[in-house]
Amino acid sequence: MEEKNIYKPYLMRIEKITQEAPGVKTFRLKFDDDEEGKNFSFRAGQFAEYSVIGEGESTFCIASSPTRFEKEQYVECTFREVGRVTSALAQCEEGDVIGFRAPYGNTFPLEAWKGKNILFIAGGIALPPMRCVIWNVLDKRDDFKDVNILYGAKSVADLVYKHELAEWDERPDVKLVTTVDPGGQTPDWKGEVGFVPAVLEKMAPSSENAVAVVCGPPVMIKFTLPVLEKLGFTPENIYTTLENRMKCGFGKCGRCNCGKMFVCKDGPVFSFSQLKDLPDEY
Amino acid sequence: MTIEKYLVKKASLSTLFDKIKASGKTIKAPVKKRHTTDFAAVGSLDETTDDYITTAQSAKSAVFPRVEKLFGYVKSKNGVELVDYDLSTIPETVLWGVRPCDAAGFDPLNAIFNWDINDVIFSTRLARTTIVGFACAKADSSCFCTSVGGNPGSTAGSDLLFTKLSNGDYLAEIITEKGKAIQALAPELFEAAPSEEKEQNLATVEQKFTREEIKAKAEQYFESDVWKEQAQRCISCGTCAFVCPTCACFDIQDEGHGKHGQRIRIWDSCGFSLFTQHTSGHNPRETQGRRWRQRVMHKFSYMPDRQSVYGCVGCGRCSRACPADMNLLEHLQQIVKL
Ligand SMILES: Cc1cc2nc3c(=O)[nH]c(=O)nc-3n(C[C@H](O)[C@H](O)[C@H](O)COP(=O)(O)OP(=O)(O)OC[C@H]3O[C@@H](n4cnc5c(N)ncnc54)[C@H](O)[C@@H]3O)c2cc1C
Ligand code: SF4
Ligand code: SF4
Ligand code: FES
Repeated sequence: MEEKNIYKPYLMRIEKITQEAPGVKTFRLKFDDDEEGKNFSFRAGQFAEYSVIGEGESTFCIASSPTRFEKEQYVECTFREVGRVTSALAQCEEGDVIGFRAPYGNTFPLEAWKGKNILFIAGGIALPPMRCVIWNVLDKRDDFKDVNILYGAKSVADLVYKHELAEWDERPDVKLVTTVDPGGQTPDWKGEVGFVPAVLEKMAPSSENAVAVVCGPPVMIKFTLPVLEKLGFTPENIYTTLENRMKCGFGKCGRCNCGKMFVCKDGPVFSFSQLKDLPDEY
Repeated sequence: MTIEKYLVKKASLSTLFDKIKASGKTIKAPVKKRHTTDFAAVGSLDETTDDYITTAQSAKSAVFPRVEKLFGYVKSKNGVELVDYDLSTIPETVLWGVRPCDAAGFDPLNAIFNWDINDVIFSTRLARTTIVGFACAKADSSCFCTSVGGNPGSTAGSDLLFTKLSNGDYLAEIITEKGKAIQALAPELFEAAPSEEKEQNLATVEQKFTREEIKAKAEQYFESDVWKEQAQRCISCGTCAFVCPTCACFDIQDEGHGKHGQRIRIWDSCGFSLFTQHTSGHNPRETQGRRWRQRVMHKFSYMPDRQSVYGCVGCGRCSRACPADMNLLEHLQQIVKL
């Protein structure tokens, strides 16, 4: 019988804090205990429970790629300040220690995607779960064919990972399109202006030998799906991550239960053909 | 092991109780408090009662307490230190006077806490708990154990089961090694099995349907308005989940006092509107009808599919305790007739 207390988190030291956008921060975390770090591993798409000890836990995806953990032993999370725990996290400083329980949930089927074209579509704060896969794909660039990224935010200020967007933009082996909602542009904005579905229609990526990953607010997903279907993407080849409210992360607290599925165990990554079998409770 | 049967005389019961107590185990048994009967730690058989159909609260808190400290913490200038749960503090406990429905409830609870990774806190509590069941001689209109795979004299889940005979003596059935260990504390009290039939001393609970019928109908009528109609009276108070022997939904919170504190696990309910509410305000189960459907579907469809066990033992507590007079048995009967 496993004797480990599954509720007790690892302690992580905040190595670096990046202010991404108003109210949005990225933490780079390292294991406080090197030994624990040596026994840790995760895969693209998995999430964690992060906690300010004394305030509580919050669920975020692991926003950095497993390839970076293998090389430099760090994990990153990007979060928006919205409530009790996220506010307490936002008060933390570099060097502080926070709790971390992981890895939980399933992963993107990267093995099955080898040799395919990949289209990433993200809206708003939904770039973090995708960033993990994007870097994973870029760090193993030869395994995949074309990489297209479409990222939209409300305004220029709301775009996260600005340095990385610039880096992707410069790479010849990545096609990046960024867009902001009408009215969200600045005078020197060089990207698109318009909502994600409309920009996608203009971009018109091929669905031939391709998979699409879509993460964003429900309304964006709702209007993006028909465009993808028009482009020829089938539901089996469109993936997303669900964000049902979670507490335990391992199928016991009941919170993320949706039909027969537990989003924390069977998800958070689902294809749209899988979602069709779920009740409308996510 | 095969079940062993003995006679335990009426007068021997308190001696057995004292021997268990003397062995150092904590004993929790039904105690009358004003109008209700509930499990409480007791020192002698005199303090307990056998005049109850079911206790108001189920016996689950022995293995899944309402509030459970998961670990402690101490904050200092240099950071924070976590103090792990000390499993050695979990006492050997005998639950005395558990009804067969409640005894059957430990299996679904265990399925939830251990279907994937092992919850060592729960498992240790369960491993250190011995269940001494008492068969039911009385039932009420809320009881429906026979419709969900149980019966008033079922041995499932108990380590040792007593059935009161017509002369006041007891038939003792030893079901597990833990039950044998209780017998071993006072073997002389366990005499040759009585000749009287067990069945004639049990309550009669008419079977109304089968679990499989509920499962099929609930799945078939998932989109029906029946859920909304049935939930109309529900005020979302969560009482049904708290009294239920198999409900296991919980929340995790931090509780601090200055530099010290603890992370705790506390009972929660899928019946609460905030249970599933996203940070954005979006709520996947926005209406009480959806939440009521979730309660029934989880117990009668999702659990059997995912954990191979049904999540209702027919104790009837949810119906007895509901302040809005929701009656699960009536509602299930309606679903079967759809
Ligand atoms: C798999 C997964 C991945 C995720 N990844 C990310 C990520 O990468 N980045 C990210 O930023 N987020 C992510 N989220 C969302 C994130 O989990 C939540 O935003 C976060 O948990 C909020 O925590 P909090 O404690 O700060 O908010 P809470 O304090 O829980 O509050 C959340 C919201 O609910 C409201 N609220 C709180 N209590 C009550 C109450 N009693 N009554 C009414 N309203 C109340 C608050 O006002 C607030 O708006 C993810 C979620 C999931 C499930
Ligand atoms: S006890 Fe009754 S009113 Fe309260 S949540 Fe349960 S069904 Fe609804
Ligand atoms: S749902 Fe109601 S009848 Fe079924 S086990 Fe729970 S409390 Fe008892
Ligand atoms: S988060 Fe607890 S069951 Fe999924």
